[in-house]
Amino acid sequence: MSFLNIKKPARAGTMESNDIYIMIQPCDEGNKIQLESTVIKQFGKQIEKAIEETLAELGVKNAYIVAKDRGALDCTIRARIETAVMRAI
Amino acid sequence: MSTLRRTMLFMPGNNPGMLQNAGILGADSVILDLEDAVNTTEKDSARILVRNAIKNVDFCGTEVVVRINPLSTEFGYQDVKVIAESGPDIIMVPKATEEDIKTVDEMICRIEDENNTQKGKIKLFALIETAYGVENVYNIIKSSKRVVGILLGAEDLTADLEIERTKSGEEIMYARNKIAISCRACRIDAIDTPFTDTDDLEGLKNDTKKGKSIGMTGKAAISPRQIDTIHEVYAPSDKEIAYAQRVIKAVEDAKRQGKGAFSLDGKMVDAPIITRAKTILEKAKSMAIV
Repeated sequence: MSFLNIKKPARAGTMESNDIYIMIQPCDEGNKIQLESTVIKQFGKQIEKAIEETLAELGVKNAYIVAKDRGALDCTIRARIETAVMRAI
Repeated sequence: MSTLRRTMLFMPGNNPGMLQNAGILGADSVILDLEDAVNTTEKDSARILVRNAIKNVDFCGTEVVVRINPLSTEFGYQDVKVIAESGPDIIMVPKATEEDIKTVDEMICRIEDENNTQKGKIKLFALIETAYGVENVYNIIKSSKRVVGILLGAEDLTADLEIERTKSGEEIMYARNKIAISCRACRIDAIDTPFTDTDDLEGLKNDTKKGKSIGMTGKAAISPRQIDTIHEVYAPSDKEIAYAQRVIKAVEDAKRQGKGAFSLDGKMVDAPIITRAKTILEKAKSMAIV
């Protein structure tokens, strides 16, 4: 699988309800995720899993992700991560 | 014209909250918009979000249309490529020309071949919003078998004509007539331009009636509040349904009696009247009125 190198900081998504705001930047220690969510107790692990899976599918191995979730669906999380990655390479 | 498209509701393509609720608002079709509703800096984001929504969100049977960006922009081709792969019901091509429709058709054909998906499943809607488009509408319809309807975009059309867009809409009557007739000639849907004052439901009702009276088959909506009013106008009236039922009964009676020609209420019933009666009853059935 091809490898996507995160080269610069980028952002995607919004802080509106049902969305997730993603900030991404290069990271020397593999992928790291910092998550804030209005539903972290119920869905925190699921959100992290969606982020990790999307990064893996895209072949990203050096991303530091800050995610501020406002109750986004799984498909929205994946879309915003993909957009942020594409803007960061 | 087998699919009911009384209302086609525009939804901004970069708003996840609206996308996930699109199927429960009551419109016959939703148009997930990648064009005017999305800022130039967010086109990439909206395209991916809409693609994921089509693949994952339950639209509860509502027809899903995606309005792409014009092919003359840097976004149009990428929109077709990404969106066609996700398999919407319809791709809507703005400022459509014959060449655009042919190009999008060919691109979809290639994607269908590559992905081994059903050929011809994705349909096309042409958005007519230039003077050239209005004059050329019949050829645009004929440029691809995928074209199932035309949407009139009066805001851009009046800008192209350099004339004022008014609430009464006299300035677009020619375009409405031309589109309605061309669409009826080709047996596809003619969808009227949206009524932009979302607070004026009486104005919306009158504007919808105007479109219906000249042969439009539905109307675009820009707010969920407009849906009920438009559906009300496009529903066949009780009087129309009752007459249609009597026509169909008279046809059956005439057949039993071996009559070729017959009359109802002193008027000759011929093929166009029978066809109209059938259409009204089919429409009423699909709206669960009868």
